[in-house]
Amino acid sequence: MHPALQAFVVILVGVGGCVGYFYASNLVLDKILFPARGPHAGRNINRASAIRPWLFLFPALALLCLYLAYPVFATAWLSLHGRSGQFVGGANYIAMFGEPKFAESLKNNMLWLVVVPAASTAFGLLAAQLTDRIKWGNIAKSLIFMPMAISFVGASVIFKLIYDARDAEVAQIGLLNALWLKFDGGPGSFLFLKLLPFLLVIAFVVLAVALAGYAAQAVAQTRKDFNGRLLAGGIVFALLVVLYAIWGAVGSLWGLVMWAPPFGQPQNWLQLPFWNNFFLMAVLVWIQTGFAMVILSAALRGVPEDTIEAAIIDGANPFQIFFKIKVPQIMGTIVVVWTTITITVLKVFDIVLAMTNGQWETQVLANYMYDKLFRSLDWGMGSASAMIIMLLVTPILVWNVWNVRKEMK
Amino acid sequence: MDNIAGKKPALLWAVHISVVALVLLWVVPTFGLLVSSFRTGDQIVSSGWWQALSTQETQQPAIRVAGDEVEKDGAFVIEGNLYETTGTTISRWGTSSREPEAYAPGETASLDDGVTLTVQPDGAYVLSSPATTAEMRLPRVFTTASSPPEFTVNNYSNVIASPMAGQSIGQAFLNTLTVAIPATIIPILVAAFAAYALAWMEFPGRALLVAFIVGLLVVPLQLALIPLLQFHNWIGIGKGYLGIWMAHTGFGLPLAIYLLRNYMVGLPRDIIENARVDGATDFQIFVRIILPLSFPALASFAIFQFLWTWNDLLVALVFLGTGNDQQVLTGNLVNLMGSRGGDWEILSASAFVSIAVPLLVFFSMQRFLVRGLLAGSVK
Repeated sequence: MHPALQAFVVILVGVGGCVGYFYASNLVLDKILFPARGPHAGRNINRASAIRPWLFLFPALALLCLYLAYPVFATAWLSLHGRSGQFVGGANYIAMFGEPKFAESLKNNMLWLVVVPAASTAFGLLAAQLTDRIKWGNIAKSLIFMPMAISFVGASVIFKLIYDARDAEVAQIGLLNALWLKFDGGPGSFLFLKLLPFLLVIAFVVLAVALAGYAAQAVAQTRKDFNGRLLAGGIVFALLVVLYAIWGAVGSLWGLVMWAPPFGQPQNWLQLPFWNNFFLMAVLVWIQTGFAMVILSAALRGVPEDTIEAAIIDGANPFQIFFKIKVPQIMGTIVVVWTTITITVLKVFDIVLAMTNGQWETQVLANYMYDKLFRSLDWGMGSASAMIIMLLVTPILVWNVWNVRKEMK
Repeated sequence: MDNIAGKKPALLWAVHISVVALVLLWVVPTFGLLVSSFRTGDQIVSSGWWQALSTQETQQPAIRVAGDEVEKDGAFVIEGNLYETTGTTISRWGTSSREPEAYAPGETASLDDGVTLTVQPDGAYVLSSPATTAEMRLPRVFTTASSPPEFTVNNYSNVIASPMAGQSIGQAFLNTLTVAIPATIIPILVAAFAAYALAWMEFPGRALLVAFIVGLLVVPLQLALIPLLQFHNWIGIGKGYLGIWMAHTGFGLPLAIYLLRNYMVGLPRDIIENARVDGATDFQIFVRIILPLSFPALASFAIFQFLWTWNDLLVALVFLGTGNDQQVLTGNLVNLMGSRGGDWEILSASAFVSIAVPLLVFFSMQRFLVRGLLAGSVK
C-alpha cells in the first residue's frame, strides 16, 4: 500500500477507532453491565460512574505506560547487560566513565546546561521588556519568535553558512569570517575584542554575585522553614559557587589580556576546540530565545500596575523598576523558562549531529548515546548513557511533580 | 509601561535601536540562507550573500574555450561567447592560472603553435589557429569580470525533482507529510478524552495521575528508543510508518493531556452541571460541549505536535528506517550536509523547502502557538 494511502487509512482507523471505542465502551457500561434501571438502579449508576473515568483514561494511560514509563525501566535493565545480552552489572557504567569521549560529552553538556538556559532567558527577558514598550513590538516579537518553527537541522544549515570559512585569498561567504576579517588590530579591534568582552565578564560576575546574594537573602528570610544545618550548607555551597565563578572569571580575564587574535586569517569556527561548543550553542540560543521571550512577556504584563506606579512615585528609575520591581515578581516564571530550556538542552542531538557530529571535542551526551546505540550497536553502553541523561533530568522531574502536587491541594 | 519610557525620549530611542539590533540579529541568519538559495552555485562561492544586490568584480572560475571550428582565410577559427547570459563585463583576462590578469579585453594573446585568442569585454572570443584544433587541448580563459546581480529559481527545481542524497527533496517532503499528519491528529482525540476525565470526573487517584503525567512530560525520549524498537519488532511492525505514528503519539501525549486538562479545568462549571442535570451522559457532554469549547487548546496542541513531528530527526531516524522511500526532510538534509556539504545552492534550497511549511504554519497560527506555550509550561 502506498504510504500516503496508508496514512489516510490510519487517520480514519485511528480517529474512528477512538470515537468508536469511547462510544461503544460507554454504551456497554450504561446499557449492559450497569443499566440505570431495575431493582439496583441507584447502585448501578454509582458503579458505572466509578468505572467511567477509567474508560476515558484507558487508551491514553496504556500508551503512556507503554511508550514512556515502561522504557525507563527497560532501559535501566538493558544498561546492566552486555553486547550479547549477558548480565554484566555495573560494568557498562564503569567502562563508560573510563572513556575520554564520555568525559568530554559530560563536560560539554555541563557547559551547555549553564550557557544556553542563561543566555536564552537573558535575551528573552531583554526582548520581552524592550518590545513591550514600543508600537511595532508585536512584529519584532514575531520575528524573534520565528526560529521556534525551524527544525534544529534547518537551523544547523543556516548557521553553517554563517560559520563557513574559505582561504584568505578568496572572498569569504560566511558572515562571521567576513566580519572577522574587518578586524585588523586597530582601535576597533581593541574595543570589540578586548574591552567589550572584559566588561561583559565583569558584568557577568557582578550579576552572579548579586543573584547569589539575592538568593541567600531570600533563604535567610524564610529560614524558619529550614533547619540550621541545611541553611549553613546552602550558604557554604553558594559561597563556593561564587568563589568558583570569580576564579573562572579572573582566569578568563587574564587569558583575554594575553590573547593575540590571529587577525587576517579566516577561522574554521567549528574546529576551534572548546570555543566551537559556543558556536553550536548559539544555534540553540537563537531558537529558544523566542520561547523565553513569549512566556516572560506574558509574565511581565501580569505584573500589577500599582506596584510599578508606586515605584515611579518613589522616584525609581527604569532600571530600578525593571530589576527591583518586575524581575522579583516574575521570578517563578523565570525558573519555569529556565528549567524548560534545561530539558531541551539535555536532549539536544540534531544540532551536534548535523554540524560537527561530535568531532573537534564537541560531543554531547545525547549524540554520544546515539553513537553507541546505532553506530557501535552497543545497546548496553547506549542505555547506560541514556540513564545518565535521565539522571540529570530527574531533579527537574521531581521539582515539577512537587509543584503540581502542591498546586492541586 | 509607556508612562516610564515616554518621559525620556533618549531612552525610548535607545529601546528602538536595541530592538532593531535584536531583530536583525535574529532574522539575518535565515535571510542569508534565503538569499543564497536564489543564487547560482558560482555566485554563492564567489561572493557573500550580502553582496548579492551589488555588481561584483570578481575572478571567475576558468572557462574552457569550446565550439565548432570554421575554416576561414586559411586559418581554423572558433568563435563564441564565454558567458551564457549577457551583462558581464570583463576587466582583465588571461590563459593561465599563474597570470589570470595578463591581458586587457580586446587584446590578442599569442599562445603555443601560433594559436591566437582575442577576448572582447562582453566575453565574445575569437580563437584562430593555423592547424586544425580537433586534436588540440583548447585553452582555458581566466577572467576578472563584473557581473550584474542575478537570481534564479533553478536551485529549487533541481532539488525538488532530482535525487541528491538517495532521493529527491520532493519525495522526502511527501514522506514527512505522511509522518506528520496522522501523528498530529491521533494523539489529540486520545488525549482529549483523558484530559476530560482528569479535569471533570471525580475518582480516587486523580491527583496522582496528573502528577504522573507531569512527570512523564520531561522524560527524555532517548530512553524510549531501544525498548520500543524491540517492542515494535516483537509485535511484528518493525520499522515503518505505523511504528513512527505510534511513537509520536506516545511521545506527544503527556503534553497534550497536560495542556488540554489545564484548559478544560478552566471551562465554566455551570454549563457542565446544567447538562448533567438535563440528563446528558459524560460522553455527550464531552462530544457536544467540551470538545467544541476546547477548540483553542486543541488547535494549540495540534500546531505544537505538527511542528515537532515535522522538525523531528531522532524519532524518524530510529523508527522509520533510512530507506529511500522513508527518508524524511530532516534526515535528507543531514545526509546532504554530509555528502554535499560545500554545494550551498543545493543545501540552501533544500533547507528552505524543509522549513517552508513550519514557517507558514507558524506565521498563520502564531496566536494559537503562543496560547499553547503559555498553558503548556509547568507553573
